[in-house]
Amino acid sequence: MLRDVGFRLAPSGVLILRGPNGTGKSTLLRALAGLTPLAAGTLLWAGANALADLAEHAARIAWLGHLDAVKPALTAAEHVPVAALAAVGLERYADLPARLLSAGQKRRLAIARVAASERLLWLLDEPTTGLDTTSIMQFTALCEAHRQAGGMIIASTHTPLELSNTETLNL
Amino acid sequence: MRRLIGHELRLALRHPADSAAALLFFIIAGTLFPFALGPGPTTLAAIAAGVVWVCALLAALLPLDRLFGADFEDGTLDLLLLSGLPAYGVAFAKTAAHWLTTGLPLLLISAPLAIMLRMPASHLALLFITLLPGTMLLSLIGSLAAAITLGARRAAVLMPLITLPLMIPTLIFGASAVTSPHPAAALYMLAAMLLFALPLAPLAAGAALRAAAE
Repeated sequence: MLRDVGFRLAPSGVLILRGPNGTGKSTLLRALAGLTPLAAGTLLWAGANALADLAEHAARIAWLGHLDAVKPALTAAEHVPVAALAAVGLERYADLPARLLSAGQKRRLAIARVAASERLLWLLDEPTTGLDTTSIMQFTALCEAHRQAGGMIIASTHTPLELSNTETLNL
Repeated sequence: MRRLIGHELRLALRHPADSAAALLFFIIAGTLFPFALGPGPTTLAAIAAGVVWVCALLAALLPLDRLFGADFEDGTLDLLLLSGLPAYGVAFAKTAAHWLTTGLPLLLISAPLAIMLRMPASHLALLFITLLPGTMLLSLIGSLAAAITLGARRAAVLMPLITLPLMIPTLIFGASAVTSPHPAAALYMLAAMLLFALPLAPLAAGAALRAAAE
């Protein structure tokens, strides 16, 4: 599905995947997460094969797919620690069952889970889908904070993110 | 792993209808037999063990298609596979949650149903002892089938078609042990099958989950 893809990402680096629908941005993200096996090629993490131990690789990754993985019956606070909800403006809804949240609020909940994960590499598939301007700014601030701490981000997106020093991979 | 089981149990508590549906199905299906065969005590006593066993197997199948299905549809399965727990660990935790929310309640409620079907009181202990590994085996084999059929178009139909034939040996040994004068051999056989399935079924289910997530 994808051929001749190559990139290198340093600590604090941000890689934006671009390309029209169906070019394999999501597939590449799933492959980077170890969910979809690589047909050929290697993924190196600090010089060693990253996919040799999938459980170990998973412990480096925070995943935000195109689905939010939010359980309607559980409250927001049962998905994400309350402290992390404030960063996405959901602290007022901590005890509300997630089924009462709007699509944008569910997306923010999923983003808060990524931010609270303390994983080094964030893999984000269209992270800003359904978000309003304020939420996009909150999301950008979370991304910057993650970079400050040395974290890395690989995101597929159609809407440009207001992040400095990003690299772009056109698929 | 313990956190995942706890999480699953909490979800089940929020949706008690799923587990309750299996229990009610068990009771209602068992209750149909006296209506069909007549209330004669000797007839009922002769079939009681078999009826309880078959109804328990069928009832435990009901929640299985949602076991991984719900997580597959809402994206949770990806997160589970990236939680740092190996895939077989995820499968084992889900299997354990299925047994705790379905198998165990069925086991507890099998006694009143068996008494209603005129099972002699002396057989009740054996019914418990055989249904314990029996329901566990169903959870193990059922979650394997649920993982294999995950994402398939008629998963809810395919899943029982895979599970039930694999449960035939368990059913033969389990149901016959209840009324047998020498149940030990059958009980050893059930224990052996459980020991065989306990490591292998989650391993296979984990591989199937990975394949479904591709």
